[in-house]
Amino acid sequence: MKQLKVLSLPYLVWMVIFILVPIVMMAFFAFTNEDGSLTIKHISDVGQYANIFVRSIWLALIATAICLVLAYPIAFFLSRIDKHKQGTMLLLVMLPMWMNFLLRTYAWMTILGNNGILNYLFSLVGLGPYKLINTSGAVVLGMVYNYLPFMILPLYSVMEKIDKSVIEAANDLGCNAAGVLFKVILPLSVPGIMSGITMVFVPAISTFIISRMLGGGSNLLIGDLIEMQFLGNAYDPHLGAAISLVLMVIILVIMTVMNQFSPDDQVLI
Amino acid sequence: MKNRFLSLLALSALTLSMLGGCSAAEEAEEEEEEITAQTLTVADPDYYTRFKGQDISINVYNWGEYISTGADEGTLDVNAEFEALTGIKVNYTNYATNEELYAKLKGGGASYDIIIPSDYMIDKMIKEEMIQPLNMENIPNYSYILDNFRNLAYDPENEYSVPYTWGTVGIIYDETVVDVNEEDVDWNLLWDETYTDQILMFDNPRDAFAIAEILLGYSLNTENPDELKAASEKLKEQKSIVQGYVMDEIFDKMGAGDALIAPYYAGDALTIMEENDSLNFVVPKSGTNLFVDAMCIPATANQKEAAEMYINFMCEPDIAYANIDYICYSTPHSAAFEMLDEEVQNDPISYPDEELIANRTTVFVNLSDEANRQMQDLWTEMKSADDETTNRWLVPIFLIACLATIVIVLIRRYIKSKKDIF
Repeated sequence: MKQLKVLSLPYLVWMVIFILVPIVMMAFFAFTNEDGSLTIKHISDVGQYANIFVRSIWLALIATAICLVLAYPIAFFLSRIDKHKQGTMLLLVMLPMWMNFLLRTYAWMTILGNNGILNYLFSLVGLGPYKLINTSGAVVLGMVYNYLPFMILPLYSVMEKIDKSVIEAANDLGCNAAGVLFKVILPLSVPGIMSGITMVFVPAISTFIISRMLGGGSNLLIGDLIEMQFLGNAYDPHLGAAISLVLMVIILVIMTVMNQFSPDDQVLI
Repeated sequence: MKNRFLSLLALSALTLSMLGGCSAAEEAEEEEEEITAQTLTVADPDYYTRFKGQDISINVYNWGEYISTGADEGTLDVNAEFEALTGIKVNYTNYATNEELYAKLKGGGASYDIIIPSDYMIDKMIKEEMIQPLNMENIPNYSYILDNFRNLAYDPENEYSVPYTWGTVGIIYDETVVDVNEEDVDWNLLWDETYTDQILMFDNPRDAFAIAEILLGYSLNTENPDELKAASEKLKEQKSIVQGYVMDEIFDKMGAGDALIAPYYAGDALTIMEENDSLNFVVPKSGTNLFVDAMCIPATANQKEAAEMYINFMCEPDIAYANIDYICYSTPHSAAFEMLDEEVQNDPISYPDEELIANRTTVFVNLSDEANRQMQDLWTEMKSADDETTNRWLVPIFLIACLATIVIVLIRRYIKSKKDIF
């Protein structure tokens, strides 16, 4: 046991240097002025961006919900097919992740553009052109496309462990299809749903490049706002740190609420 | 030193006149050959070989698409030429806005030896001591810089910067669709509701505010809070018809016909127009911003002398010409200007007449911190404003809902645990 503890030392050191110290630094920046004196000005300034927070949370929630609805059946299907086919299918799910994130989002720009592929196809049947890009719908689409694998994979890994005989037993005891789904499969897959939601919601709420490329700069999200404070015109690292801190608290609150729905012995964070 | 400088001048003048003579006499036959066999002549090769073999490298931080890269056939790869000539390795990276450059430098971490900010940013960086004075003895080619581009307001003593390019901001539009006479084009075209969702706008407060300020008849350098507020109201009006707020994407979107009207820099506009015939570029009649981008050395530079060598190299007539030929901006370099085709020299887009420059253009100066902050706040407010009324109360309600859920769940658990006892 002792030796095992020693083995975990490298990661503990890593964690302190690259996770704890930055969080402390961020909090320090958020609560100080340029001259280093304490202030809550930056934190209270965050309030004026309330509508950006609301929009980010809203779009991220929609994207997460769509991902869940799309991923759940696919994950179940994946977990029930032949073992050797599963490998190939999983590969297909993960394949887009091997491509550069920016490139994938850029491709959507050409698909959704006013003279893009979709509008061209619409024009062939005498429709459109529709405004597809630079809308919040396009931002949600970008989020769903980019983060869908993060929903499928945890769902799959949980469902794969559901024993076939459990479902058979439910059937034998006279449970109909809906009953099997809601009374057996759904409760057993809750941990997967929870970690899937976390893995989609958290990156979606803080993304900035998707809203920049597909939202046309007029659908500001929190990520854009933070980026503007550090790399953009605004240049105010203190305000940027304050926004990031508030975002972390919001995510923490949302995750805590979500955990209330999972069974008592399976609390995630 | 002075002697050497003079002889240098004489030498470069000689090379120049020889070049001029050559091209005039044999232009016709040589034209094809010129493209394939472009050899580089520098005034003083010895000057450039000082650091050879010392394994030095410099970090150059420049705008995107702002140097001749040799990507097109027959053009020079300027950085490769510099490396070959001097043995100094060039690490070349890009930025998209002055503010990004500022943030990178201010944040520390990265060290650059050459940066090419615009006028107002140079002003700001001088005030904040982020760039250092140049040793002009190491940059003899500064003599080529035209008088119009010396002693400008942002660097009155020419101590900190060597002008690289200049240009104006105008409107690029698709003349086959947009129904307007060239002479009548003005900034209010960007507010024309006929072209809803076909208009692009700068994603950069300084440039965007400038356009609104011209329309409202204010100075481009106004610091008056009421005028800034009025300008942001003007931009808010425009928001509902704007397709997107972008910077370098204007290239792709206008080129591909995804948008019809956009404000843009003259040089880049010319590059797009080469690819798309239906586009036209006009400097609006009510005036515009004239910008100068100049080479500077950050105070934190590690290789000052090598950086000065790079600046001098960029001012070599052949190199300055290659760059300006490639990026299509206007040059402040006398020899490079002479080398341009007559057609380009007289092009009203690249080289507008003196009257227009004197009376209808303004160069940005740096704004006070308060004005900058106000502009930034107004900009964020404008960009994040919804068409619907903003729901400031939504966040508190959301938080209360979260808390309520937690309480309900806790109560439910408590009841459950009570039940379990029995």
